[in-house]
Amino acid sequence: MEWEAVIGLEIHTQLATKSKIFSGASTAYGAEPNTQACAVDLGLPGVLPVLNEEAVRMAVLFGLAIEAEVAPYSVFARKNYFYPDLPKGYQISQFELPIVGLGHLDIDVDGVKKRVGVTRAHLEEDAGKSLHEDFHGLTGIDLNRAGTPLLEIVSEPDMRSAKEAVAYMRKLHELVRYLGICDGNMQEGSFRCDANVSVRPKGQQAFGTRAEIKNINSFRFVEKAINYEIERQIDLIESGGEVVQETRLYDADKDQTRSMRSKEEANDYRYFPDPDLLPVVVDEAFKAQVKATMPELPDTKKQRFKDQYGLDDESTAILTSSRPLADYFEAVVKESACEARICANWVTGDLSAALNRSGLEITDSPVSHERLAGLLARISDNTISGKIAKQVFEEMWQGTASADEIIEAKGLKQITDTGAIEAIIDKIIANNPEQVEQYRSGKDKVFGFFVGQVMKEMQGKANPGEVNKMLKDKLK
Amino acid sequence: MHNKSITDLAKGLRSGEFSSVELTQAFLDRIKRHSSLNCYITVTEDLALQEAKAADDRIAKGDATLLTGIPIAQKDIFCTQGVKTTCGSKMLDNFIAPYNATVVEKFNQAGSVMLGKLNMDEFAMGSSNETSYYGAVRNPWDHNAIPGGSSGGSAAAVAAGLAVCATGTDTGGSIRQPASHCGITGLKPTYGRVSRYGMIAYASSLDQGGPMARSAEDAAIMLQVMAGFDERDSTSVDLPVPDYRAELNNSIEGLKIGLPKEFFGAGLNSEVAAVIEAAVNEYRKLGAHIKEVSMPNLKLAIPAYYVIASAECSANLSRFDGVRYGYRCANPEDLTDLYTRSRGEGFGKEVKRRILMGTYALSAGYYDAYYIKAQKVRRLISDDFKKALSEVDVIMGPVAPSAAFRIGEKIGNPIEMYLSDIYTIAINLAGLPAMSIPAGVVGGKPVGLQIIGNYFAEHRLLNIAHQYQQVTDWHQQSPKGFE
Repeated sequence: MEWEAVIGLEIHTQLATKSKIFSGASTAYGAEPNTQACAVDLGLPGVLPVLNEEAVRMAVLFGLAIEAEVAPYSVFARKNYFYPDLPKGYQISQFELPIVGLGHLDIDVDGVKKRVGVTRAHLEEDAGKSLHEDFHGLTGIDLNRAGTPLLEIVSEPDMRSAKEAVAYMRKLHELVRYLGICDGNMQEGSFRCDANVSVRPKGQQAFGTRAEIKNINSFRFVEKAINYEIERQIDLIESGGEVVQETRLYDADKDQTRSMRSKEEANDYRYFPDPDLLPVVVDEAFKAQVKATMPELPDTKKQRFKDQYGLDDESTAILTSSRPLADYFEAVVKESACEARICANWVTGDLSAALNRSGLEITDSPVSHERLAGLLARISDNTISGKIAKQVFEEMWQGTASADEIIEAKGLKQITDTGAIEAIIDKIIANNPEQVEQYRSGKDKVFGFFVGQVMKEMQGKANPGEVNKMLKDKLK
Repeated sequence: MHNKSITDLAKGLRSGEFSSVELTQAFLDRIKRHSSLNCYITVTEDLALQEAKAADDRIAKGDATLLTGIPIAQKDIFCTQGVKTTCGSKMLDNFIAPYNATVVEKFNQAGSVMLGKLNMDEFAMGSSNETSYYGAVRNPWDHNAIPGGSSGGSAAAVAAGLAVCATGTDTGGSIRQPASHCGITGLKPTYGRVSRYGMIAYASSLDQGGPMARSAEDAAIMLQVMAGFDERDSTSVDLPVPDYRAELNNSIEGLKIGLPKEFFGAGLNSEVAAVIEAAVNEYRKLGAHIKEVSMPNLKLAIPAYYVIASAECSANLSRFDGVRYGYRCANPEDLTDLYTRSRGEGFGKEVKRRILMGTYALSAGYYDAYYIKAQKVRRLISDDFKKALSEVDVIMGPVAPSAAFRIGEKIGNPIEMYLSDIYTIAINLAGLPAMSIPAGVVGGKPVGLQIIGNYFAEHRLLNIAHQYQQVTDWHQQSPKGFE
């Protein structure tokens, strides 16, 4: 039988607010345990939550970006369960009335476009962390993360393969970073994924029983976990078994999922509206205010890069993969007055390679867009050749000098004096009669040899266009 | 000195007739002498004398408020930095609060002196003060009677002159009913008028702190300090705070008083009814018009309250889990054992009963039938009050069906205990302000009159209460042995 997988994702994005969702404590990552937890985060007797407006703004921005219904009235609810890293014994979340309703995200898998529905997105607070190592059989609790704002984004069960799921997840990852509402750092848990997976005979309408795989923290693991789970479910059904509704954990070391708890063991969270918080009212004026801050979104930017700069799909994809990189590129184009394709080649080529070697992000690049533009400007005005430029770039990467300073200091200026070039060409033609003969008898390939000889003699400083032109004349 | 009003004491302090240290010492001595009433859980003697000294300095400098140097006491539900804050529970017997409740902070800023922390029903769940881990409080009018609850320690302390005034909190009547039973003046403000920050939550949508004092004027002075928006409490209301003393002396001629017929039904003790009628008559003499009003949904208030309050408390009390602070059982075997024994041993019977009721009411399959239904009832009750208050200025009636009952009389019968709050609970569901003022004595025990006003009409209630207290002296009577 042919099977079809049905996948829906729940993605927890940590919102990049400075303070927590219901307290003034800092959200910075990596502090000493329990140093960033105030009375409210600790759940002391008598404390009360106060909503951080910035978290609401970010949720609304997201809602508008996926063309969703932003609820004019949403409600925080208490989700009740006991766990040592959940200080109040309940998590403040949204249940019946989330802040973001139905929206969508368009994905592209192997050139095929697909629209994935977003069921809802709701605001909630994160829990703390239980630390099981270093405590000799005991458990330590770190409440620094308790109260960090999360936007839980729930998709429709619209994906049919692990590949689609990963494409959706990447698209979402790109979007939240574009919006500046999440740093997207998966290692630090800023972007976490739960996957709901089921299978059904192809053509069947009804969904199969689903399993939920919890807390998968990389794109690669999401793909592997889903593929494993699809296989597991198909094997189970084909061997006469039945899929049970349960929560499973993905074990990356063994590359398999294992059962965590079944539906029967599932908690009854006893949700009810949190009486400590007023309903969140988002009016048209607030929405308009947020909308005015909407950055250009990835899809729009991609199309514009192709139209405006004539870039191919590959360069476009790289350059628009993050807002800082796209901004960097556009700044270089503007400041260098150099051809966009050349700028793109430099940013996606030499610059990206250098960044990768050093493990740096574009925002930390030692060569700023002004400096790179200064270099590319010298290519476009023929002061130096592309080849010399690579040499200048390496110097720039190591130090702080501008391209002009390096060109000047090292005497790398292109020789445009035709007399000087002509003298060298004459000399090379005279010294290589054999090759001249070959060229003149129709062996065009030998032309490259002459160019190389001239450039070598002139230490790369000759204008290649000029050299080509003059060589062709002389060799006629 | 212990029977004087705040304004008289403030005058005495300013004129140098006595110092705050002397005044405070006098109260501390009385607290010791009458410790058998069991009003205080913690007496902060050293701290009180320090604060009194500071108050004397402040008075000398001439920047005192009316409350500077006045010895007051806090219900042990308010967090007090560096001072044990128990909420009447074994669960918090070892809890030293690391911060001050907003209300406490405001009294500190006003320069009042804190004598200590007052006994109360455990987590404010009770109508008799018998559920306290620290034992029942005795009613100074009758040592075998309950003082009312949950602010029983506050009411008894003020009545016995063990504090000039005290804070209380009212979730279903916990200020008004003990004020009635102890013959003092208590005001439950409009929900949102006083910050709940640092006030240990029982039922968040109903809890409200308020003043408990010897007179409406004293209550007005206290409320002036307590009221106001607090950015740390989202449910506190950002409305200007009026001068609560400004209208005390206004005439109440032409006041329209509504008497809900449902308040005077079969359950009401006839002698209490007579006290209320007499008080209403007094108002008639002051120029008020009396009108009968109806609250058809009032009978649903108790079941609705016990669903909502229990549901909220079941979540509010989840933080008491033995993990971070408070009681932890000895030698827990594992996490479940830690939870079940810490909570099983740390909470008293009534608290556990309400947590279980609330957990049940919120459970899958029951939520709509209980919680949602109760919310609908709550709306109906609010509408009843809105309608009545569109016809009259205030509503009057009894606070409790009878005068204070005997210690032990109802503790074994929770339903009967719950029914004793029949006249107070609906007001919390509606979020309205209401007062209890002393209006008579039945069997040697005081009985209060309840006055219910419109939202944020505390100034009006205080005016109406004050006018009554100008022509009667019920509020000036002291129990025997405490004159």
